[in-house]
Amino acid sequence: MVSPMKSTLHDLLAVDRFVVTAEVSPPKGCDCGEFMEKARALRGTVDAINVTDNQGANMRISPLAPAALLAGEGIEPILQLTCRDRNRLALQSELLAAATFGVTNVLALTGDYITFGDHAGAKPVFDLDAVQLLQTIAALNSGRDLAGTTLHGAPCFFPGAAAAPEAEPFELTLTKLRKKAEAGTRFFQTQALFSPEKLVRFMEAVRPLGVKVIAGIILLKSAGMARYMNARIPGLTVPQELIAELEEAERPLEAGVAIARRLVTALSPHCDGIHIMAMGKEELIPEILADLHRNDGKEG
Amino acid sequence: MIVSKQKPFPEILASLENVSRVFLIGCAKCATVCKSGGEEQVWQMQEDLVAAGKEVTGSVVIDEACHMLRVQRDLRAKGEMVTAAEALIVLSCGAGVQSVSAGSNRMTVAALDTLFLGNIRRFGQFEQRCSLCGECRLNETAGICPVTVCPKGLLNGPCGGMSEGKCEVSPEAECAWYQIYVRLRDRGGLPLPQETIPPKDFSKLIKPGSLKLEK
Repeated sequence: MVSPMKSTLHDLLAVDRFVVTAEVSPPKGCDCGEFMEKARALRGTVDAINVTDNQGANMRISPLAPAALLAGEGIEPILQLTCRDRNRLALQSELLAAATFGVTNVLALTGDYITFGDHAGAKPVFDLDAVQLLQTIAALNSGRDLAGTTLHGAPCFFPGAAAAPEAEPFELTLTKLRKKAEAGTRFFQTQALFSPEKLVRFMEAVRPLGVKVIAGIILLKSAGMARYMNARIPGLTVPQELIAELEEAERPLEAGVAIARRLVTALSPHCDGIHIMAMGKEELIPEILADLHRNDGKEG
Repeated sequence: MIVSKQKPFPEILASLENVSRVFLIGCAKCATVCKSGGEEQVWQMQEDLVAAGKEVTGSVVIDEACHMLRVQRDLRAKGEMVTAAEALIVLSCGAGVQSVSAGSNRMTVAALDTLFLGNIRRFGQFEQRCSLCGECRLNETAGICPVTVCPKGLLNGPCGGMSEGKCEVSPEAECAWYQIYVRLRDRGGLPLPQETIPPKDFSKLIKPGSLKLEK
């Protein structure tokens, strides 16, 4: 039985259109005004917006609220959901709430460890891992909860998962990626990439799994930020030559945009879409995408 | 063994406000091995308390403090030394402290923080390998426990923070799943298990745990 899936992202990927997604952080607080302005400005530029979930283990508004606001305005959200802060009951009820608000795309994540963030003394949950969360989404989609009980109204999620193509040893991460594919992920959004070589290796390994790949590109705003990310952001390594390029640049942000723009050109021939992490500088996304020519001729 | 370490002395002293006479209790087992509550530490504690103006009525190192009946017996044997004290300062794990608090009508002060069930790597170096989760998965993971060694307790492989086989939480430590991967590879060239491990059953770990052997 084919359920009617109300996901533009799904429809685009299904017809092999090259997609563009971008990440926008929800506020620390309950005023979503600025968040919505940033999201509205990206309408027509990106196909979907990732709403991050207490990213870096820093407490913010639950991504469900801003994702629901986006869905209400016809902007396609990708709800990020981590296993760090919720047990299996909370994850399932959050997912059902998301479905009620018309949020269809879910990125199932393990979550950065709690001590990275601003509530270091909090209890880390990790009741489920990302693979088990994908299985949970599949169960809900089939009309049952994890206990096997029939749902009154089944959701129809388009599930995605994260991947770290540059992480070594690759064989070890590949085992988990296979489990994620088996558990029903339909797309991977990758950690920030800095070279096409690792992406090509990744694509060769992942292609047989039949999962679409959206490659991550991060906007490096300065050499200091790049160094900070190398020290503090799990699973991300900025190459030294890029740090040097930022260091030598008169206007580091412009250099960062140029690097991201180069990466768009270098990575896009190898994958099904790109995911821009502009780190608060979302207004620069159109410039980062300037050289991207999508296969349907539609303006990016 | 149960790994513990002493609380900062000012914290212990703060628990003894309005108390002048104390009796000290150590443990001859785990707390002795990790040098938090053996003969030596009990003696040092006595020195420090006396220097801080407290009167120490006596001390005992119990073998072992988690044994509730033995604690009662040993405290009785110390007679007046115990009854003359206003508070009993216990240098043992939390189990030992509670044997004492259950076996005496005196105020009980815990002098240690209890950390984990630990392996002894070498003298003075302890590592947690098992977190007493009630559902052992070691047969599926090459004898390395991801529930404990992985800070996130991940059952199905490394998280996205693994880099060059290292852990995102403590970059000097090896990722649990990297350790499992290497051990399987080196002991017979086996691949990682491909099957997804289902979520843990936390109902096997309802607190407080209890076990009664059948006769």
